[in-house]
Amino acid sequence: MATVILPARFNEWTGGADQVVVDARDVRQLIRALDERFPGLGERLRDGVAIAIDGEIINDPLFEPIEPDSEVHFLPAISGG
Amino acid sequence: MARKTHVQTTINGEQTEFLCHPHQSLSEVLRDELHMTGTKEGCTTGDCGACSVLLDGRLVCGCLVLAIEAEDTEITTIEGMASGEKLHPLQQKFLEHAALQCGICTPGFLIAAKALLEHNPDPTEHEVRYWLSGNLCRCTGYDKIVAAVLDAAQSMGGDTR
Amino acid sequence: MSESNGSDRKFKWVGTRPIRHDGVDKVTGRANYGADFDLPGMLHACMLRSPHAHARILRIDTSKALALEGVKAVITSDDIPELALTDASGPTNFSDLSRNVLARDKVLYHGHAVAAVAATSTRIAQEALALIEVEYEPLPHVLDLRAAMAPDAPILHDHMRTKGVDPTPDKASNIAAKMELSRGDVDQARAYADIIIEREFETATVHQGDIEPHACVAQTNEDGQTTVWASSQGHFMIRAYSARLLQLDISQIKVIPMEIGGGFGGKTTVYLEPIAIVLSRKTGRPVKAVMTRDEVFRATGPAPATLINVKFGANRDGKVVAAKCKLVYEAGAFPGSPVTAGAMCILAPFDLDHFLIEGYDVVVNKPKTAAYRAPGAPPAAFAAETVIDEIAHELEIDPLDLRRNNAVSKGSQAAYGPKFSDIGLLETLDALRAHPHYSAPLGENQGRGFAVGFWFNAGMQSSAEVKLNEDGTAIVIEGCPDIGGSRASMAIMAAEELGIDVYKVRPVVADTETVGINDTTGGSRVTFATGMAVIEASQEVVKQCCQRAASVWDIDPTDVIWQDGCAVATGDGAKKLEKEDKLVPMPIAEIAAGAARTGGPITGKASLNARGAGPAFAVHLVDVEVDRDTGKVEIVRYTTIQDAGRAIHPAYVEGQMQGGAAQGIGWALNEEYVYDADGVLANPGFLDYRMPVALDLPMIDTVIVEVPNPRHPYGVRGVGEVPIVPPIPAIANAIHDAIGIRMRKLPMSPPNVLAELVRASGGA
Repeated sequence: MATVILPARFNEWTGGADQVVVDARDVRQLIRALDERFPGLGERLRDGVAIAIDGEIINDPLFEPIEPDSEVHFLPAISGG
Repeated sequence: MARKTHVQTTINGEQTEFLCHPHQSLSEVLRDELHMTGTKEGCTTGDCGACSVLLDGRLVCGCLVLAIEAEDTEITTIEGMASGEKLHPLQQKFLEHAALQCGICTPGFLIAAKALLEHNPDPTEHEVRYWLSGNLCRCTGYDKIVAAVLDAAQSMGGDTR
Repeated sequence: MSESNGSDRKFKWVGTRPIRHDGVDKVTGRANYGADFDLPGMLHACMLRSPHAHARILRIDTSKALALEGVKAVITSDDIPELALTDASGPTNFSDLSRNVLARDKVLYHGHAVAAVAATSTRIAQEALALIEVEYEPLPHVLDLRAAMAPDAPILHDHMRTKGVDPTPDKASNIAAKMELSRGDVDQARAYADIIIEREFETATVHQGDIEPHACVAQTNEDGQTTVWASSQGHFMIRAYSARLLQLDISQIKVIPMEIGGGFGGKTTVYLEPIAIVLSRKTGRPVKAVMTRDEVFRATGPAPATLINVKFGANRDGKVVAAKCKLVYEAGAFPGSPVTAGAMCILAPFDLDHFLIEGYDVVVNKPKTAAYRAPGAPPAAFAAETVIDEIAHELEIDPLDLRRNNAVSKGSQAAYGPKFSDIGLLETLDALRAHPHYSAPLGENQGRGFAVGFWFNAGMQSSAEVKLNEDGTAIVIEGCPDIGGSRASMAIMAAEELGIDVYKVRPVVADTETVGINDTTGGSRVTFATGMAVIEASQEVVKQCCQRAASVWDIDPTDVIWQDGCAVATGDGAKKLEKEDKLVPMPIAEIAAGAARTGGPITGKASLNARGAGPAFAVHLVDVEVDRDTGKVEIVRYTTIQDAGRAIHPAYVEGQMQGGAAQGIGWALNEEYVYDADGVLANPGFLDYRMPVALDLPMIDTVIVEVPNPRHPYGVRGVGEVPIVPPIPAIANAIHDAIGIRMRKLPMSPPNVLAELVRASGGA
């Protein structure tokens, strides 16, 4: 079960939950599972979002694998100059 | 619009003729009429030095010289710096020292440095910095440019042509 | 998962300093930049720009301009599609972008484009601009962040409601968005603080200052097929944005990258390209558009002015236990300042469990800000790194000891969320202490300071192709504009994999139809991500070479390895060949020459969305000398230390470190947008917008630290952006060391420093 850390900006959907445990093998499954638990959140996580899986950031992923003990963070996508 | 004026000049040792309007700058004519785009334009107000050329051996901003002033003069541009297949030592040292990043200011720096070494074959770091302060570079922090010019001066040993 | 970061690999080319492959073109003037390209029959475009900082457009009459001999077309926002206000993708709102390219209904800053003319010469186009009649209703404007946030401020966008506030406000505001980042319990943690320091910082609007003004040529055929020659940080971005703004198919636009004369983030969006495309479509002729320097300052991407409040609580050992930060960044005329990045950066280098960070994105009547090298990070570092220095002085602890005591390392949880893997902050701080500069004697009125910089670095999408030529030389095709020597890095990586001489590899930055999609050159991502694609594509070529050799030798491909540019048989295959007396390596040239017979041309391709860009840390050390009579700050000595993961071409890594430092020095000491009371930019030129010249700077010493990034095959992490982060606080700390005054407002220019000196001496 991967641990997902949810930033405060998603409080509107998560009701303030800041950390949840999710069974998912890739990012798409993870977002689906989160959307089932917090309806409407999935939409927020699909566009212009970066995800850090075990500290490694990737922009706009869908099929990136998630290990059972992974820690997943959702971040605003930062591209840089 | 006013009729164009006929100008006869020497560019990089070659007799050249062109027609220009009285308002046109030398850098404009070099670039737009003669297609010698090695001379760059970063500001057209004489502040960045990207359009540096030599006019009768004197370092000038091409954007501040009227093209008609080129009549009966000798102009050196970046296109005239290498001879045949051999780069000028300054060009070679710029490459070896990685003294360019984006490269837009490079022709201007090379022309300005050439003028410096013709004027002062053995400059100090401070003299190089002073002389090149009419040329803006936003990429390198000048370190490698100054190093390349000092190294070129040394390798040329006073032969600054 | 194999994680070879090359830490145990012996490199032949990586870490060497070959002459860049595009070098001769660039020292001879042959390299063609945005404005260096012409086509027969080409028209020249000029823009009419707003004389007001804020006004309603009541009427535009272009008839007199159109009637001028030589004028072929005049366009306004009526000639481009009006997009829905919500037309956005990620952080880019295309309605805003469209309205920035050509103002619709309102002008929002002095210099905002209102109309465009195409004529047979620039001169005629300029004359035509004066003939366009625009009737404006001037509106009150707002330039200052505090004033823009005030309840009675003139509102730029009537539809704008502050995002990130619950419930959504029912009243329009200039605060486009509020964001928050927190962990732990700040108020509770404050109880453990022995010292609390709260300070307010202010930074000015600055510009990227790329020496090449924005420029492009567009040619639209009668069937709508368009070619654009443009200098930018990303020709795929130019294509995608232009298509989106003009509602064209992406396949209708081809963008050919010209050499780019500096970007620093300022060429990561479109200004001229959609206009040139529309003008070309209207006239059936190629159209060239080149900005003047004045236009570049007035209408392209400044980096934001900021207001930052930082409150740090530390225990008596100097360990920061709690922090509160409030960042207010100006976005310019449309939402989208880099405040999110600034907020995510400000505490990233600190190992800290309790904090609250608030960020505000605020619109003002200035040009829309664009990315600028580590966008948002330098002002944030100015605040945090100055306060931490102040804590060290208050507690009388060595600032470097204290800084190290608060530094993040592997396993620390970054303030922006995830845990850091291998990072090099401690290593750079240790290199700082070991550097002779750190303990060198100082002269009178001189002071020394240092500061830490952090930047995320980006991965994103890259595509590359490696083609083996018939003689064993190779072409590398990629699609990231080379802004500072990246072609050489790509060639080095291909040469390393292929085992051939670096000069036998020719790197090419290809157009949008020749190579797969490449995201923009930005985010310090090219050597990391595009390099990764080049390595993968080269490995594919090697794999095919091994297979061809195996076929020729009639052995199992698994018995062939690649060594020094040759296929070499091993195991059972080697035994078989030995028996036949044929056991000799097969060089790449021989494989390439025989490719037709063994299966056809050998090429490798790779496309990827790179994960795991290694975060970058840099430490800068600076000595300044302050003239107490004039307030002028002289940079006496400067040393930059940075973790590059692995330096592919060390000379260009050093170049990034030195160039970033120089930009940061300019930002710290002199650069600022100066506006008059009417909201008109008073210094839109290089004479009055004072960037550093050679005489302003000393040599900039560099120390490259290499803590390999586990996610890159060679250990690369981006190097381009982070060096602009530490200079401002390092210089502020050095000024304090020299004269005992804390500068908290930028620029630290002679008048501002002198004012503080006078105040400190009790003067008026």
